[in-house]
Amino acid sequence: MELKTFKGGLHPPDNKAWSEKKAIEVCPLAEGDELVILLSQHIGAPAEACVKKGDFVKKGQVIATPKGFVSVPIHASTSGEVISVEPRLGTAGTKVPAVVIKADGQDTWDENLSGADPDTLTAQEIKDRIRDAGIVGMGGATFPTHVKLSPPEDKKIDHLILNGVECEPYLTADHRLMLEDPDNIIGGILILKKVLGVEKAIIGIEANKPDAIELMTKACAGRGIEVGALKVQYPQGAEKQLIYALTGREVPSGGLPMDCGCVVQNVGTAAAVNDAVRRGIPLIERIATVSGSAVNEPKNLRIKIGQPLGKLVEFCGGAKGELGKIIQGGPMMGMAAVSLDVPATRGTSGVLLFSEGQVLKEPEGPCVRCGNCVRACPAFILPTEIAFKTKKGMIDEAEKLNAMDCIECGSCTYICPARIPLIQYLRQAKGAIIAKRRKV
Amino acid sequence: MIGAVLSLGGIGFLAAVILGVAAKKFAVEVDPKEEAILNALPGANCGACGYPGCSGYAKAVASGQVDPSLCTPGGKAVVEKIAEIMGVEAVVAEPMVAVVCCQGDNQKAKDKYKYIGVQDCVTAQMLAGGPKDCPGGCLGLGTCVVACPFGAIEITSQGLAVIDREKCTGCKKCVSACPRKVIKMTPKSASVHVLCNSHDKGPQVKGYCQIGCIGCQLCKRAAEEVYAVENFLAAVKYDTYDAEKARAGMEKCPTKCIRDFADGYPEGSTFKP
Repeated sequence: MELKTFKGGLHPPDNKAWSEKKAIEVCPLAEGDELVILLSQHIGAPAEACVKKGDFVKKGQVIATPKGFVSVPIHASTSGEVISVEPRLGTAGTKVPAVVIKADGQDTWDENLSGADPDTLTAQEIKDRIRDAGIVGMGGATFPTHVKLSPPEDKKIDHLILNGVECEPYLTADHRLMLEDPDNIIGGILILKKVLGVEKAIIGIEANKPDAIELMTKACAGRGIEVGALKVQYPQGAEKQLIYALTGREVPSGGLPMDCGCVVQNVGTAAAVNDAVRRGIPLIERIATVSGSAVNEPKNLRIKIGQPLGKLVEFCGGAKGELGKIIQGGPMMGMAAVSLDVPATRGTSGVLLFSEGQVLKEPEGPCVRCGNCVRACPAFILPTEIAFKTKKGMIDEAEKLNAMDCIECGSCTYICPARIPLIQYLRQAKGAIIAKRRKV
Repeated sequence: MIGAVLSLGGIGFLAAVILGVAAKKFAVEVDPKEEAILNALPGANCGACGYPGCSGYAKAVASGQVDPSLCTPGGKAVVEKIAEIMGVEAVVAEPMVAVVCCQGDNQKAKDKYKYIGVQDCVTAQMLAGGPKDCPGGCLGLGTCVVACPFGAIEITSQGLAVIDREKCTGCKKCVSACPRKVIKMTPKSASVHVLCNSHDKGPQVKGYCQIGCIGCQLCKRAAEEVYAVENFLAAVKYDTYDAEKARAGMEKCPTKCIRDFADGYPEGSTFKP
């Protein structure tokens, strides 16, 4: 069978073998452990703390309320005492507001939480439940799910696409979730289908996960959900590329998936939606892969939001040798973390540790005009040309070259033989263009 | 031969007549004042006056609606010249120069991570708030150097931006280019400045920088008129500046974060006082 794919992209060594056969383990939480729960774990307005120092909170209780439509509440990941509400070191390496909870070791659930049968709820009631549970995109981008499920009236949605691609090297969290909990994912898909009122749902899975494809195909049979096998190609799991691969539709430049009738959700998000609607469980846990050459024992973990990355690594046998780089998320699009004290958030799909020797330290060289970046770019822009304009401060020129279409997948930087940090230039250009548009 | 000379000469003459008529008929009237002002301006097109380039400002001043003293790079001489052209009295403001309020170079201040990437402060700032542990310190990647139209800024051998007080014209381009807001405008006549931009408390500052202000108030106690300490950061009160008192406060500073530029520029700089 011909595997579906998109144009452009590349195939870095995926290194998934280190953790793909390992069942998900629960990362333990002991009495007295500190959980640092950041108030801005999603794209959009940060939530506002509604607890104060000294309060006792229960697992699943709301500790911060959303501000505005594009925002979600934040919940306590365990029961315990709030020991402070103060700025703490966040994912981005700067201090951001956070609620710090000292676990009491009891893990007592908030008794106000209750599930419901989605068949008895209206679409709006389901969306409210999804928002109240704080569900955001679990692939790592953490965009509030209820916003994605509320397209404007004039946009007709006819496809729900589930992202089980996990094209980032090293990460195996979604893979394990599909293997171990397919019913939860399918339950979530059925709920999402009801909310959007769509007939067609497709799960896209890369061909390097044949066991997941087989299992999901079996589990989906007769439930109105298709499984699409995709070629192993990075960034197959990027929203726009996935839509093209599965449906042949192209999202217009500057547009959103809804402009071509699609809504894309991660399989992890579907599972979280099922938990939230049927069982009333808010988003306080997620699956994360701890891997990389500097980890003693790579594993897939069920972690609590707010656990420091150091705890996760400790449970995986600790780090070996001198640490060169810590990455939250995948190696292609993830963010480098400043230290292991940074807490896990709703977007922590993985923690990767690399040893000192593996980190590229050479400075950028001159562009050799090989065109590799242009061939690899899945957004069909000219990374090297935009980088050149940005370097010279020619932001208007960069905008004309469609710098804003960049999806920041990092393919250009990965393939560049001159080690030019193209993605950084692209981000610089995008930042400057956004600032310029705001000014006008 | 004669035919060729005549026909070419004829074409030339005809073209000259047409050009001459066109020049008279379509002449663009330029206010002679505008031209004179433009000639008086430095021509750096820096934008310090708030107008797009020197010609934009010249046009605005010539219209008589705009203050003739807005050209800071030109200084006293230019303002006087423009005032003379416009026939008004020259009001020369105190000349200002930009100062990098940081001395935490790569020898004295700690980095929280090693930065390898685009050599630009704005871009580096996007990565975990910049490599420097201090939230306000100079990153030393030279975004201000590129922004300066007068070549008045250098990055020292120890990775710190330093501004030449003689070459600086006070156009403020570097102030808006700096992502960390570490460059501040100060009166040119004052030579003593607090070179720190961290509002963190003392112990924190000591943790990441040897030469940062710890908010100890000793300078303020030595010279109440010249120093103020707000939010754990000392600042010189330029309104009541007095060189002698400023030096007295400077000598009390335990971390040496106050510098008199008359004594010299920060270590590693090639600029001479």
